[in-house]
Amino acid sequence: MASRKGLGDEGSAPVPHVLAVDDSPVDRAVIAGILRSSRFRVTAVESGKRALELLGTEPNVSMIITDYWMPEMTGYELLKKVKESSRLKEIPVVIMSSENVPTRINRCLEEGAEDFLLKPVRPADVSRLCSRVLR
Amino acid sequence: MDYSNLRRQAASMKKSLFDQGYLDEQFCQVEDLQDEASPNFAEEVVTLFFKDSAKLISNVEQALEKYPKDFNRWDAYMQQLKGSCSSIGASRMKSECMSFRDYCGQGNVEGCMRSFQKVKREHGALRQKLEAYFQLLRQAGQLVLLELPPGPGCKN
Repeated sequence: MASRKGLGDEGSAPVPHVLAVDDSPVDRAVIAGILRSSRFRVTAVESGKRALELLGTEPNVSMIITDYWMPEMTGYELLKKVKESSRLKEIPVVIMSSENVPTRINRCLEEGAEDFLLKPVRPADVSRLCSRVLR
Repeated sequence: MDYSNLRRQAASMKKSLFDQGYLDEQFCQVEDLQDEASPNFAEEVVTLFFKDSAKLISNVEQALEKYPKDFNRWDAYMQQLKGSCSSIGASRMKSECMSFRDYCGQGNVEGCMRSFQKVKREHGALRQKLEAYFQLLRQAGQLVLLELPPGPGCKN
């Protein structure tokens, strides 16, 4: 699990904490790098299961950005679990996928996903998204 | 060898990698994420890529051997590798991964075997070229510490 602190000044508003979920270590590194460059605090985990464990202990996650296709628990299944939880359901969830499958995208959006990003994710995509969702 | 010469060599090497199709714009996106807090971010991600991709290639190789004609399995493994290639801008490798997946879709064993060999060749070639590129950057970087000019980037 990789965690990078935000760079908020003392006394200013807390830096948003984004939880990135992806089973690919390369994609985790890239998405964490993109979020870090936008001055967010980032925790990157490798599975939906680890994400739920962290959400159980970390009270201040501002957004979840998750890959769709992951072994054991897909990003869609993680999305459902978050939205079914009274404690977690307000956390915006963004899904990433390398495949542009309209039925998949619609299913995620209908389940409450904030947005659906196609991989490879670009800094401009994440910046626009975070500006809309977090600020 | 002076700094400006090394910078020119690094820029020329990178341009060549783009011109020959080894890399695409996504590589620039990764390099652009470098800053004072993570000055070696691109090299770290590329190192991670080659470690991860070696494992993924091994997974495909084992699947080809242990699960004959299991095109769904072969395709699933190659999809992971293709995703990683895409994330760092490894364009030629990505194309060969896509070619392999096409052959899986056609149920063409020979085509899969041929394109898998190409995937491995492209992987080896890209590794050599990027190692040389980052080594040159490091040499230029050592001089940057003394002279403090900005480093090369995709927009230069």
